[in-house]
Amino acid sequence: MFSNNSNFVHGVDTAFLLIFGIAIFFLIMLTTIMIVFVIKYNKKRHAKAVQIKDSSKLEIVWTTIPLILVLLMFYFGWRGFIPMRNAPADAMQVKAIGRMWKWTFEYPGKKQSDTLMLPINKAVKMSLFSKDVIHGFSIPDFRVKEDVVPGKNNYTWFIPEKLGNFDLFCSAYCGLSHSYMLALVRIVPEDEFNTWLAALPVKKSDDNNEGFKILEKNGCFSCHSTDGRKIIGPSFKGIYGSSHDVMTDGVSRKITVDSLYIQTSILDPNKDVVVGFPQGVMKSYKGIIRDKDIPKVIEYFKNLK
Amino acid sequence: MNNTEYISFMDHQGKYKGIFAWIFSTDHKRIAFLYMYAIATFFLVGAILGLLMRFELIAPGETIMKPQTYNGLFTVHGIIMIFMVVIPGLSAVFGNFFLPLHIGAKDVAFPKLNLFSWYLFMFGSILAIASQLLKSGPPDTGWTFYAPYSTTTGTNVITATTAAFILGFSSILTGLNFIVTVHQMRAPGMKFFNMPLFPWSIYATAWIQLLATPVVGITLVMLIAERLFGIGFFNPDLGGDPVLFQHLFWIYSHPAVYIMILPAMGVITEIIPTFCQKRVYGYKAIAMSSLAIAGVGFLVWGHHMYTSGMSNQARWFFSLLTFIVAVPSAIKVFNWISTMYKGSIDMKPPFVFALAFIFLFMIGGLTGLILGSVATDIQVHDTSFIVAHFHYIIFGGMGFAFFAAIHYWLPKMYGKMYNFKRANIAAISLFIGFNLLYFPQFIIGIQGMPRRYFDYLPRFQWAQVISTIGGVILVSAIILMIYNLVMGVRKGAKAPANPWHGSTLEWTIPSPPSLENFDEAPFVKENPYDYN
Repeated sequence: MFSNNSNFVHGVDTAFLLIFGIAIFFLIMLTTIMIVFVIKYNKKRHAKAVQIKDSSKLEIVWTTIPLILVLLMFYFGWRGFIPMRNAPADAMQVKAIGRMWKWTFEYPGKKQSDTLMLPINKAVKMSLFSKDVIHGFSIPDFRVKEDVVPGKNNYTWFIPEKLGNFDLFCSAYCGLSHSYMLALVRIVPEDEFNTWLAALPVKKSDDNNEGFKILEKNGCFSCHSTDGRKIIGPSFKGIYGSSHDVMTDGVSRKITVDSLYIQTSILDPNKDVVVGFPQGVMKSYKGIIRDKDIPKVIEYFKNLK
Repeated sequence: MNNTEYISFMDHQGKYKGIFAWIFSTDHKRIAFLYMYAIATFFLVGAILGLLMRFELIAPGETIMKPQTYNGLFTVHGIIMIFMVVIPGLSAVFGNFFLPLHIGAKDVAFPKLNLFSWYLFMFGSILAIASQLLKSGPPDTGWTFYAPYSTTTGTNVITATTAAFILGFSSILTGLNFIVTVHQMRAPGMKFFNMPLFPWSIYATAWIQLLATPVVGITLVMLIAERLFGIGFFNPDLGGDPVLFQHLFWIYSHPAVYIMILPAMGVITEIIPTFCQKRVYGYKAIAMSSLAIAGVGFLVWGHHMYTSGMSNQARWFFSLLTFIVAVPSAIKVFNWISTMYKGSIDMKPPFVFALAFIFLFMIGGLTGLILGSVATDIQVHDTSFIVAHFHYIIFGGMGFAFFAAIHYWLPKMYGKMYNFKRANIAAISLFIGFNLLYFPQFIIGIQGMPRRYFDYLPRFQWAQVISTIGGVILVSAIILMIYNLVMGVRKGAKAPANPWHGSTLEWTIPSPPSLENFDEAPFVKENPYDYN
């Protein structure tokens, strides 16, 4: 009756069935009674209303029965949830890192992947980290969801029990491209997983670059790519030393990107906007990116070919 | 009553003329009209923004707008509908007009404060609209303003939160006014348990407005302080805690749901006995359940945060309380249906709207059980299931109650009657459009379609198409309904003092009422729903 995608499906879906069962029963019962009354006691058939005294017996009955039912629903909802907070100690540890608007999964040994590849029938504990705002780690097929809150060490865990591809969504609204913050979950046999993990490259060295860290912390990569793609603003790739047409006070002029231009673009971003990009989108980072950090950013750009 | 002395409040000549006779009037009835016209306008704007979102979602990928526009739209739609339409809606319009009438009073306790509240409301609303139009672009945080996104995005968050802050004060002052009115202004001989149930619901609501709204006020001030001065309340980079924002926000915003729905329940509790010509069943249970909902409603905010990483104890505690608050709501439904038993039912438009309300409210309430239970909430949290659920409660509940109320009380407010047939067609089309629009969202929500998504996977498209069709029907039905009401007011037949054979005090005076409502001391019945 239930799918066996993960170890939580049974508990959660039992609670769903119980609550929906009770809800549908009451909805149909009460709607039917209402329709019967409206027809039967229509004033054409029932010209004079009969005034009825309140019965405390009836009121006690219809307070007690719903109370018992809601406590039952509470219990099943809780029972389906408890296992979600009890990760086994020997679970495989994987870090899910959320940033606007991309998921990265880090395996033991600092190996990183954009796809969440996991072996079947093995418990995995996901530690959830955010680089910027709140994201939501959601795999509906596994009945798994937990917010990825910056500064908090949230986690979730599960045992995938079915081979195949599943969708991972960002469920907590995180800005412009929230709806594109998806990832693929691939459940594979254990030996295939081990082969894949062994071939996975170790974390890129950029993460230890001072300039990169400053840019990442301030969410610059949300709008500026490092691989030449145009997102909102110009890509950082090869930007140092390149030539561009910019608009200064409504007049177009040609500039070469140098240290001064980069500094101006951080502190007063709307002064010289590259032609083809909108005015007024970027705010000033004066006081947010410290003056002594700007040379580190410039240094990073010089090496980003 | 001496008819030669009667002058309706609409024709009464005060100190001022023309539009000033309205915007400087402290008459609770004129202030109710001021609110109504403003709120109806905001509602239409909000509805059109909603329809634009529906068109965007009819197909995956970009359809009619860019993602940034879409993110602004759902934020603006939320801010307008929640803070400018639904929270003030029933209290400020029908509470203002009918609370004094129901308790046999000449006006509210503080008429000048009442007018001041309207000015605050308009000022806040104008600021909210300005936040959409100012240079940095509409806020794109969602109406929940979750930190740290809201403390870092470059859009007009400060203007929008300031607007919500000011609107909050309008709400607090209205609540204060109504509490004092109920305590001090009841007609001689009218005890609390002689009041109709609409004043009871307004009274319970007013306590929530007074006690809960300051929390969101201070939260929004903290958000503004963080943005302007870098004080680290919520942003972890500054040493703050993002989950703290959620707690503070929902300590207000969950009780706010009861600010929306309690007056709606009050309206329905007036309409059903009138059109059944029968004493309301379980008067005391309904009155007490309003207070119970208002009280317990303060303690359930955490059910918005089951996935936030809260402690396990907090999760089960909030889940248990959430289930318990469902019981008084269920009791109200049982009471409404029992009131119909052996009544003499007159299927006039207000009653048709009330029936639609009960059905939609039941779906909204029953799907709320899925959200109260932790295991199932984890699955549907932040999905379109939530969107469907709260639209069933807020729009299907508060919205349909508002429509029911205007059809019920329009003859009293304007002294005119609308076309019944057209009103019924509008009611049925609204009902069909509504269900087509929101029901499919439950299904794809369970399947995992996240909310606030500009784009989505193709497997969810079938539901989005049905929803968009439903949206078009719904908006058309709203236009038909408003057209019918406007035609009724302008060209409709003159309405008698008591067109529905109602038993509460507002039906004992002429339509529209005179300036001071009761030219003779009102006769207070032991049971306000006494039809004999």
